[in-house]
Amino acid sequence: MHTPTADPTRDNRFSALVRKRWSVSLTLTAIMLAIYYGFIAILAFRPDLFAARVGAHMTVGIPVGLGVIIVSWLLTGIYVRWANDDYDTDVESLKHAMRENRE
Amino acid sequence: MNTFATTIGQPNATSIAFFFVFILGTLAITWFAAKKSRSASQFYAAGRSVTGWQNGMALAGDYMSAASFLGIAGLVSLKGYDGLIYSIGFLVGWPIIMFLIAEPLRNLGKYTFADVVAYRLSQKPIRIAASIGSLLTVCFYLIAQMVGSGMLIKMMFGLPYETAIIAVGAVMIAYVLFGGMLATTWVQIIKAMLLLAGATVMVGMALSRFGFDVTALFDAAAKTYGDNVLNPGGLVANPLDALSLGLALMFGTAGLPHILMRFYTVPDAKTARKSVFYATGLIGYFYVLTFIIGFAAMVLVGRDMIGSVDKGGNMAALLLAEVTGGTVFLGFIAAVAFATILAVVAGLTLAGATTLSHDLYVNVLRSGRSSEEDEVKVAKRATVGLGIVAILLGLAFKGQNVAFMVGLAFAIAASANFPALLLSIFWKGTSTSGAVASIVTGTVTSVVLIVLSPTVWVSVFGNPAPIFPWKNPALISMPLAFAAGWLGSVLVPDAKARSLYDAQQLRNYLGVGAE
Repeated sequence: MHTPTADPTRDNRFSALVRKRWSVSLTLTAIMLAIYYGFIAILAFRPDLFAARVGAHMTVGIPVGLGVIIVSWLLTGIYVRWANDDYDTDVESLKHAMRENRE
Repeated sequence: MNTFATTIGQPNATSIAFFFVFILGTLAITWFAAKKSRSASQFYAAGRSVTGWQNGMALAGDYMSAASFLGIAGLVSLKGYDGLIYSIGFLVGWPIIMFLIAEPLRNLGKYTFADVVAYRLSQKPIRIAASIGSLLTVCFYLIAQMVGSGMLIKMMFGLPYETAIIAVGAVMIAYVLFGGMLATTWVQIIKAMLLLAGATVMVGMALSRFGFDVTALFDAAAKTYGDNVLNPGGLVANPLDALSLGLALMFGTAGLPHILMRFYTVPDAKTARKSVFYATGLIGYFYVLTFIIGFAAMVLVGRDMIGSVDKGGNMAALLLAEVTGGTVFLGFIAAVAFATILAVVAGLTLAGATTLSHDLYVNVLRSGRSSEEDEVKVAKRATVGLGIVAILLGLAFKGQNVAFMVGLAFAIAASANFPALLLSIFWKGTSTSGAVASIVTGTVTSVVLIVLSPTVWVSVFGNPAPIFPWKNPALISMPLAFAAGWLGSVLVPDAKARSLYDAQQLRNYLGVGAE
């Protein structure tokens, strides 16, 4: 496979962009997996942790469960914030640079 | 706790009135949308003109089925805390969609997720394999929705099952056939608004009995039924089974054709991301509401009453509506549940019709050379065909235990659709044989293992013991699909696919050339 040097995928800025996107995507994915499968693991192995009482009739499990829902949504919010501001700005400037190169 | 005489199952004037207003309103929208459903891009993707907020509502509308509304509220009302485990499982797939596949889908595809899988591979074998995965997912999901809707309408309005099924099928065909994606999108948006508003009002009215203090509600539940209702129960007795179900729910969501198709209705990746953010928020909010509705029904209606109307607890939300807001509010919520079913089956039918026409007819039968006019004609015929199939399936499975079918749809989506999609986007070495092997392995193992599992082998066939111990096969079928994808790619590499990877990357990460 010989690729011409004008190939933008060989451009350092492009590979840096791809790396950055992956590090953000994979970090957030890892957090999500850890939260969800951690939740399932507690249910399966230590349900007594969720049965602990906070106050008279409130268990730990209810706020934690609802918390998982809220945190999942916040994670998508963090990603959108990053992608629509930071990442898209980089993409635009890279595309601009590629056009300049061609001319 | 005093039981009351419920009017569920008798024709309810408000319900019928609401229901007709909804049908007339949505058919009017369909009529307006018909002018804008002529080209392929209009019919499949609403001309890519949907805004982030609208698509977020529509995604939520596509995803929040009557089964999740009535089913999860019922589960919570009878089992307490355990219902929340399902809600969370159904929600956590959305961040995964966002982080891993929303942008590549939007940037690489045209109308279906098979476009993305086939982007740099040999069109025909991939399209055939991906279509099988898609159509099976859609069909099992459709059967579950149709049979559920027939039973639900019979219970709510006292209509005969067959009449209910034919009515749902006919209205749904009208939406999709005449209004395409644009009408389907608006049906989803209206339904999502009605469902969220109805559930919010119901929670408000229920909590008003507890001085708007949620802890007082949990308190009352624990006092009546013992502290155990607030604790995790036996739903996840087997850790591996729980993990398997968790995988199917999480990655199945990221492989549902009717959900993935929605990413093509927005103009670009930026809007696609925003719409996932809105959808996740709306769906999360909805699941918090169903959890509270379940507990409120447990306390205000009572488990005996809920169980006597329907063993599975599916009428809990409707009974709560009746207790809190009388027959008028019951009528409204029943009409909303009906609208919910209609919207979901319309979304599924459109996804199935798009697969039949765009993936199979255009890209397999006509090798990608077909006029747009022809393509839309085929899509419309496929819509009518699928609608009739849905009606026939609904009639054929009358009275059958179809609860396992949603699980099966999610298992196939997680094992057949998701791994192939991920491999084709992110692994340079993915070859045509690898992707086909992955889809076929995922489909076959999930179907076979579900048949041998307790849900079918014992509950449906009545055998004494299951051959496969878990209720959901994803923990086996999903890794196998990835392994088959890797093995097939290593054994039969694909130089062309490898050489096209760089161009695909540019389009994936920068959106260069995205439609």
